[in-house]
Amino acid sequence: MSSNVIASPRSNSAQSPWYKRNKASHSSFEMFAWLFMRLSGVVLIVLIFGHLFVNLMLGQGIHAIDFGFVAGKWSSPFWQVWDLAMLWLAMLHGTNGVRTIINDYADRNGTRMTLKTILYIAAGVIIVLGTLVIFTFDPCPAGAVTDLPSFCPVP
Amino acid sequence: MWSWVGHRITGVVIFVFLLVHVLDTSLVRVSPEAYTAVIGAYKNPIMGLGEAALVAAIVFHAFNGLRIIAIDFWKKGPKYQRQMLWTVLIAWVVVMVPFLIRHLSIVFGGH
Ligand code: HEM
Ligand code: HEM
Repeated sequence: MSSNVIASPRSNSAQSPWYKRNKASHSSFEMFAWLFMRLSGVVLIVLIFGHLFVNLMLGQGIHAIDFGFVAGKWSSPFWQVWDLAMLWLAMLHGTNGVRTIINDYADRNGTRMTLKTILYIAAGVIIVLGTLVIFTFDPCPAGAVTDLPSFCPVP
Repeated sequence: MWSWVGHRITGVVIFVFLLVHVLDTSLVRVSPEAYTAVIGAYKNPIMGLGEAALVAAIVFHAFNGLRIIAIDFWKKGPKYQRQMLWTVLIAWVVVMVPFLIRHLSIVFGGH
């Protein structure tokens, strides 16, 4: 172990005199975000590996995927909840990760604000859209004829 | 150090994929034809290689993520971080080899 004392990176010490972006904040948001990255990561492994296994490895793999495949899966609340959890956790985890990266590389206040605004809007749109898609999904849409799941009434 | 670069790059790649992926999945609300047409693009061999690369990125990010968690929470984590990096790489190979054999034979094998 070295005996050098390393100041915490953002302490405006002699070792890091340049960090003048923000005053220390007293909220615990960053701590919460740090913990969330780890907890969501553990859960996402199960959700995403399961998703990839079912969609790419089983049966015909990627060839099996079409409208009827999705309809079959989302007719079960199990896969609805699975996909919903995967959507929210992956989007929040990914958005928070990219937020960190923006904070690291974008040095000007204006650039950082702009990039993060775009990020949050994009993330919000995708989360709302993905959620609506799962909950408003109609496996047997009126007028459709091809690729329907087998349980739809024959037109 | 490079494991951190790799973690960052794979994280961004997966995130960008996910944005597009939710958009393409949302086509199920447009019409079955629209969805099946766009998902059909995922089935050609070039996209098949892209999917393999995506899965490679996810498996690395996931296993290295577990390593980061172990370094942070496990008392001996920092001490064994190097051995754990090797474990990550070995586990990555162990998962990727069977995955690639199966996925690529589906992609290139036709029906
Ligand atoms: C190439 C590999 C992939 C394929 C072929 C694929 C395929 C699909 C399919 C067919 C669906 C429709 C519903 C279902 O099957 O559950 C879906 C939904 C979804 N996938 Fe994937 N997926 C892949 C990779 C991923 C990855 C890596 C993630 C996470 C980062 C992901 C996240 C999601 C989410 C969140 C949904 C729900 C979308 C919504 O709410 O509208 N997928 N995927
Ligand atoms: C499969 C399970 C996953 C695990 C175990 C995992 C784990 C982690 C961990 C532990 C971190 C470090 C957080 C920190 O340093 O505070 C991280 C960062 C990150 N993750 Fe994940 N993650 C997973 C999936 C994902 C997915 C699906 C995405 C994209 C949607 C993603 C995008 C990111 C990004 C962009 C970062 C920031 C990298 C950085 O700051 O250098 N991760 N992940």
